[in-house]
Amino acid sequence: MLIKRKEFIQIGSLATASMMLPKFLKAFEEQAMVPAGNKVVVILQLSGGNDGLNTVIPIRNDIYYRSRPRLGIEKTKALSLTDEVGLHPALTGFKELYDDGSLGIMNSVGYSNPDRSHFRSMDIWQTASQSTEYFTTGWVGRYLDAQCSGCDKPTQAIEIDDVLSLAMKGQNINGIAVKDPRRLYGTANEKFFRDVLKNHKEEKGEQPVDYLYKTMAQTLSSADYIFQQSKLHPSSAEYPKTDLGNSMKTIASLIFSDINTKVYYVSLGSFDTHVNQEMQQQRLFTEMNEAVKAFVKDLKSNNRFNDMMLFTFSEFGRRVSQNASGGTDHGTANNMFLISGGLKQKGLINSLPDLNDLDEGDLKYKVDFKNVYATVLNKWLNADDKMILSNKYDHLNFI
Amino acid sequence: MPLTNQAKNQHLLWRAGFGPVVEELVELSKFSPNQFYKGLVKASDKKPEYIDVADDYLKGLMLGIEEVGRQQKKEMPAEDKKMVRQKNREGVRSLNMYWMHEMVNSSAQLREKMSFFWHGHFACRNLNVFYQQGLLDAIRTNALGNFGDLLKAVSKSAAMLNFLNNQQNRKDHPNENFAREVMELFTLGRGNYTEHDVKEAARAFTGWGSNLKGEFMFRRFQHDDRSKTILSKTGNFDGDEVLDILLEQKQTARFISQKIYKFFVNETIDTEKSEWLADRFYKSNYDISGLMEDIFTSDWFYDEKNIGAKIKSPVELLVGIQRMLPMKLENEEALMLLQRVLGQMLFYPPNVAGWPGGKTWIDSSTLMMRMRIPLLINDADEMNVKPKDDDDQTMGRQDTMENKEERKSLKGLIPRRQMINANIDWNLYVKNFENTEKEKLIDSISKILLQTKSGVDNDLIKKYTDASGRESFIKTATLQIMSTPEYQLC
Repeated sequence: MLIKRKEFIQIGSLATASMMLPKFLKAFEEQAMVPAGNKVVVILQLSGGNDGLNTVIPIRNDIYYRSRPRLGIEKTKALSLTDEVGLHPALTGFKELYDDGSLGIMNSVGYSNPDRSHFRSMDIWQTASQSTEYFTTGWVGRYLDAQCSGCDKPTQAIEIDDVLSLAMKGQNINGIAVKDPRRLYGTANEKFFRDVLKNHKEEKGEQPVDYLYKTMAQTLSSADYIFQQSKLHPSSAEYPKTDLGNSMKTIASLIFSDINTKVYYVSLGSFDTHVNQEMQQQRLFTEMNEAVKAFVKDLKSNNRFNDMMLFTFSEFGRRVSQNASGGTDHGTANNMFLISGGLKQKGLINSLPDLNDLDEGDLKYKVDFKNVYATVLNKWLNADDKMILSNKYDHLNFI
Repeated sequence: MPLTNQAKNQHLLWRAGFGPVVEELVELSKFSPNQFYKGLVKASDKKPEYIDVADDYLKGLMLGIEEVGRQQKKEMPAEDKKMVRQKNREGVRSLNMYWMHEMVNSSAQLREKMSFFWHGHFACRNLNVFYQQGLLDAIRTNALGNFGDLLKAVSKSAAMLNFLNNQQNRKDHPNENFAREVMELFTLGRGNYTEHDVKEAARAFTGWGSNLKGEFMFRRFQHDDRSKTILSKTGNFDGDEVLDILLEQKQTARFISQKIYKFFVNETIDTEKSEWLADRFYKSNYDISGLMEDIFTSDWFYDEKNIGAKIKSPVELLVGIQRMLPMKLENEEALMLLQRVLGQMLFYPPNVAGWPGGKTWIDSSTLMMRMRIPLLINDADEMNVKPKDDDDQTMGRQDTMENKEERKSLKGLIPRRQMINANIDWNLYVKNFENTEKEKLIDSISKILLQTKSGVDNDLIKKYTDASGRESFIKTATLQIMSTPEYQLC
């Protein structure tokens, strides 16, 4: 059974149904608009543990080449940034950004007592906990909590995915996951869901089911809102026809609209290159490079590049030495890319990891990733980073 | 209006088990909850059978390594290693399916539900299927027995010792992970011990480990047998003695009782009740069956505020549907996929703290997905949702795709679009409404399916039913009622 999308919107428009809506649902109708020029963050998660040493390459380091006789990327193949440093050959667009002054590279980012389980380490990055703590909320989710206590605007943080990451879940407010605004909760039963929502009558006193109705109301009204916004100024630029390409195009279209979204979240993977690393990283980097290149070009031509800050992260880097199967195993500290027209510090922000000073074959971290979060929250999003991260982390100078 | 026996028994079955089963719907109103509970206890009396799903090939291979290991210290060839990983992964998947099947079909509901609780309490990620089988068996065997026995069995399981790095905990090179989690998550709870206690306890656990077969090993030469002071007691303690010290603390009884209250009764703890439970639990020397009887035979368990107040966990939801609507799944993979998308995959807890539960189950994606399940199992909707990658399981393999064979075996792991292909056997279910007048059908279906005080509007449900025949009416009404927010609660 196919129901045309247009029909949903008419049936489901909460504005027309507002007379019948319970009180607590009405709050979602008044979505605050954010004026153009407001700053947004795009988080690009490289899932699986990207090999940082073959991303930002120490092209004059003998230890690097000795540790990686097969996987080491030759100096002549790397895209050289300085005499010492080169980028992975697939990252041509990143090299252009570097030359252009809109790329920052933060080296040796990590945390103390690193965990080598994907899941756990991703947990730590997404919740911004210490490695000895277990948080059930994510750092972007807590940003939502802080931004908007008492009201609900889940569209302030959007993940381009079918499933919502822990990073996006707050104590009281969750972000929203959307793979394709046109196909949001497109299910044969959508009309029924909207009717169920309309018919819900508030009982006296808060009932457990109210929380579910609240989430449902948010979801459906956000779905409409995001869909409408995505049609306002859809990007007309060319993007690669890849998953990430589509996602970045969706993000661009939303940035050009009046939507109140401050944080976009998207993932690429898997970078878990225990075997056949060369082929796999090359393929993923090509996808990333093309998508980010198109995205930056699009934002520039729409004069929004200065208001956007994109950063990449991965749950850990990989070991310095290659393994016996043409790959690398789980490691620790890693680098992050920062991309924006409004960077205060450009190029190589700090020095490359010291391969003479390893911790049992692993890189030592020099920058806690929570300092990066604190900087973005405070200096870019104007938010209370101390409260959100429940700790005071020094701010860095790239913003 | 006083609650009917049917309502009370449904409440009992959702909490002490995975919801009413279609075969016993007629019994619901015949017995009092106390009688019903006695039946549940009796059905859970028997010691459960060991679940063994491990592949023969893997067994042979593991025995092989042991042999080779004994004769010469040689590493396993890379090809074998890869095969072991793959077979283990498939093994854990089979274990998941097997246990879920037990939850649906076993009459030992109380034991399985209790085991499910302990599975989250003693949360453990381990990709070795033998280890996971061993831990699951320790949990199911002791689920209704003595908490001290359970704690010791879990603490000595290869799965937990490896997961919490106790293999690396050696004299003069302590690894505190295990000792810390035993106190923080398994017994006392945060804030009831000091860092010093953790350090000292870690020393007592030195030498605890397992062999390749997954048997507990005490490595005497790695054990630190010097004096330790833990929670103000001093002695040359070993691991067992530390666990005894933890059990002597009343706080352990309190911590466990509160967690059990939250899981089985209400997310909001009633301190007076949980203190009363803790008191009796402690005095009984940690008799789990006694604790559960205290809960399920008390009047307050059936208070209105406790009924329909809990958000079903994804596993409870999936199992509950299958108990009410017996079905044969051609595509069992779909169940794994749903577990992942909804955020609760058996044997893959998010971390050692387990699934936080309650409201954390719900976000826009999971709620909408939950409400789509009834139409999915009826093949009226298509599964078009991609779960997040889990690299701990897949080791990045979906991207390497070395050969077609592997690609095929992975298809099940990371499907994009699929139908669930469930064949629901409606006969028993529909039969229950044989004598119900047509006008009262939706009402009585709602009563059986929903635990919430207020149901869904009858006229609305009617609008979405297929009224062409009595049977199709019952079916469609059932599926739509299961597609509501109310059905997410129990």
